[in-house]
Amino acid sequence: MTETIELSIDSKLEFLDMVGSVTKSVLAKMGFDEESAGWIELAVHEAVINAIKHGNKHAPDKQVDVKFDIEQERLVISVRDRGEGFDPSQLPDPLDPNNLLNPSGRGIFYMRTFMDDVEYSPHPEGGSIVSMTKNKQSSD
Amino acid sequence: MAQLNIKERQNGDVTILDLSGKITIGEGSVQLREAVRGLLDSGNKKILLNLGDVSYVDSSGIGELVSSYTTTNNQGGQLKLLNLTKKIQDLLMITKLLTVFETHDNEETAVASYK
Repeated sequence: MTETIELSIDSKLEFLDMVGSVTKSVLAKMGFDEESAGWIELAVHEAVINAIKHGNKHAPDKQVDVKFDIEQERLVISVRDRGEGFDPSQLPDPLDPNNLLNPSGRGIFYMRTFMDDVEYSPHPEGGSIVSMTKNKQSSD
Repeated sequence: MAQLNIKERQNGDVTILDLSGKITIGEGSVQLREAVRGLLDSGNKKILLNLGDVSYVDSSGIGELVSSYTTTNNQGGQLKLLNLTKKIQDLLMITKLLTVFETHDNEETAVASYK
């Protein structure tokens, strides 16, 4: 059985803390340990920042949807923007020695590190959606 | 309340910024940038960032640490890190930034390491 929690926010960074609070509650309900929960919260934070900044380009009338699908053994978090989409394979590798001193470009790398699976796809009604999965077992 | 609190003090000729709170996108990152630029503008080029009471850092905060480091280097200064929390250490390690920053867990050793 899957339980779902969904919230929609305007593209404002001031709402990040609110998404963080909901994320914390979901992770506590599922029984993730404190360290894993901290990293998952960071992954969600980075995904929402990307949606606001790069997807919706800070347009306040464009929404970001965050959906938590809570299953017995895993959590799937989907973040949808209303942007024009992008190809994550085109992003520079933050670990390349030439990129180490770049001030940006680490958000998606952190998401991929802390989650078990991260997938980008276009949303059928526009915008793109990133789905991040965390298995409960992998955090034990 | 401010996202990030910054207290400035001197230890010998090294300026220490005691940071507490969050270094995240927006206010926290901007406060750190302004504090470091302010020090460089006033000729303080030996900078030690004490991160012991920083509770949360995101990729923007890590980026701001990198920017502060390169800006300081470009002006002939040295910026080092003190008292990394495990979380910050992990974030720096997985992006290979521990190879870039000089880090210390003892203030006196850190201060003595400046040329």
